[in-house]
Amino acid sequence: MEEYGGGDLLSEAMGSAARVVVVEDCVEAPGAFVLHLLLKRALASGGAAAFLALAQPFSHYDRVLRKMGCNLSLHRRNERLHFFELLGFPGGAREGTIADRFVQLYNEIQRLVEANRTGENAGQFTVIIDDASLLEIVALGSVNDVLDFLHYCFALTSEMNCTLVVLIHEDIYADEENIGLLLHLRYIADLVIKAAPLSTGLAADVHGQLSVVNKGTFGEQRAKAQKVWNFHFKVKENGADFFYPGTRH
Amino acid sequence: MAEAVVRCLRDGRLDGEHAPALAVEGSLQCCSLAAGAMLHIAAAFASQVAAGKAQARGLVVVAFDRSPQVYLEFMQRRGLDANALNRCVRILDCYSDPLGWKQKIQNQQHQGNSAKLSTNKENITVYRSVKDVTKLLSFTTELGGDFEGEGKKYFSVAVDSISSMLRHASVPSISGLLSNLRSHEQVSSIFWMIRSDLHEPKVPRAFECLSTMVACVEPALVDPVCGESPGNMSILEQNYSKVKFIVRLKRRNGRVKHLYEDLYIDGNDIKFDSAPSVSIEVNQSLVPKVQFNLELSEKERSDRANVVLPFEHQGNGEPIRIYDGRRSLPEAQRDPNLTAPALVDEMKAPKSGTAKGEIHYFRDSDDEQPDSDEDPDDDLDI
Repeated sequence: MEEYGGGDLLSEAMGSAARVVVVEDCVEAPGAFVLHLLLKRALASGGAAAFLALAQPFSHYDRVLRKMGCNLSLHRRNERLHFFELLGFPGGAREGTIADRFVQLYNEIQRLVEANRTGENAGQFTVIIDDASLLEIVALGSVNDVLDFLHYCFALTSEMNCTLVVLIHEDIYADEENIGLLLHLRYIADLVIKAAPLSTGLAADVHGQLSVVNKGTFGEQRAKAQKVWNFHFKVKENGADFFYPGTRH
Repeated sequence: MAEAVVRCLRDGRLDGEHAPALAVEGSLQCCSLAAGAMLHIAAAFASQVAAGKAQARGLVVVAFDRSPQVYLEFMQRRGLDANALNRCVRILDCYSDPLGWKQKIQNQQHQGNSAKLSTNKENITVYRSVKDVTKLLSFTTELGGDFEGEGKKYFSVAVDSISSMLRHASVPSISGLLSNLRSHEQVSSIFWMIRSDLHEPKVPRAFECLSTMVACVEPALVDPVCGESPGNMSILEQNYSKVKFIVRLKRRNGRVKHLYEDLYIDGNDIKFDSAPSVSIEVNQSLVPKVQFNLELSEKERSDRANVVLPFEHQGNGEPIRIYDGRRSLPEAQRDPNLTAPALVDEMKAPKSGTAKGEIHYFRDSDDEQPDSDEDPDDDLDI
């Protein structure tokens, strides 16, 4: 199969109109590589991105993306990539409540989006959150605050024409009681990409399977497009391979 | 059925009754179509209002889940022009700034110079404190009171959706809001949407109790094995393009009526298909396979139709009247044979040309009354 960058199964399945992409993963099949691919794609097409990192520090993403042929440090210096290290995002340590901190964070994102819109290189703006489960933790478990913040980001996508990509660990919401955040995210998503281990068990050459559900909106003209995709993936050093089940040995 | 629902909403309230209310329910499996159904109902209702056919003069949309633009664009696609939209539709925008964050940011930037965020459309009002339900009620009724018209000015309310409201307020307060709206004297009808799987089962039930109509959007195919395993892609694919739209109508006398039709996306529009062809096929295959013949052939059918029944006037020039046992014929028109005081031994069918059979009828005694369902003692004053 081809490298990522055009013509591969994932971009074909994703289409182009999705505004809100939710990536679901689990411990057995982490979906971080999808996020890396989407970040690379967002920057490669001349757009800008805001990356809200809770899972890893900047140096980690820098190393991973460099192997994939994308220099994050350079993009950051050129102000194409705006990196928020939120590992230390304080709940109550600094002044104000959690909600106030979220307001400030949103304020910064909104400013960036507006600046990007009015700037000369007005490309697509992408907001990436890695990941929503950790966002809930730094909000000291207050799902409502997280949802409010996500709603505002969601509202940005329709008002400012930008894209929102959120990673969430599906398996921690397995029980019925605290499923709220996951369900809300699924509701607002136009596109759900779900990484799961192979249903047939472990394999050397296949690392897992991706199912892509394109819920779409009425604004789209592509009426008869396929909505549900399912294929296998293999994560490599410099990208990932996607292929239909049974087409690889 | 969608038309029936819109008709109910259009006709509005009767004097001394609460406004009719519709709850649209959807789950995650078919949420985009449930949202589409809501848009369809809102647009169909708005065009009825614009045409002046509805009791209400206008529609107030309380929008939580979608940008007001989505509504306006959808209604425009349905043939409502800007003029009609400005006249008949008001949108209370709880989507773009539900908690007042943007205003807060702006106030900080302008150091208390409270420049009002102006919307470019005159029929959109931004609402910034969704936690305050009482204020929401007064905003809604205020918007509804603005519509032009003479006499008593009714308006209708659409809430999209209750699920988002429930994140900010409790179930009792939202139920209170809906009840207050229903009983408000100017509200003609009200409809709302709820995502049933976001809440405990009792929550959608609580709101169903407040409504007179419930429209459930359910997946057309249910996978018996499990929910979303990757194996059942065709089922998933089907459910994203076509669902069942089930309506329960509660009549005033307490009767509940079930209706159902198919709902699907056609291009960027929502279509309803009232002929559920699948169920006919199912019915046909449900007729048991038996060795003897249950159906009549064409000849047998025509023979059966030609049999002349004994209680009909048989071709003696009089119009055929069939006595159904409920009303008695006027005296003069009765068959003289039956009303004759004398004992009737035999009643002959008049012979009219073609050879036909005769029916012989002997009455046992005088006591026997002419055949009737009526109470023979009806005229007695006991």
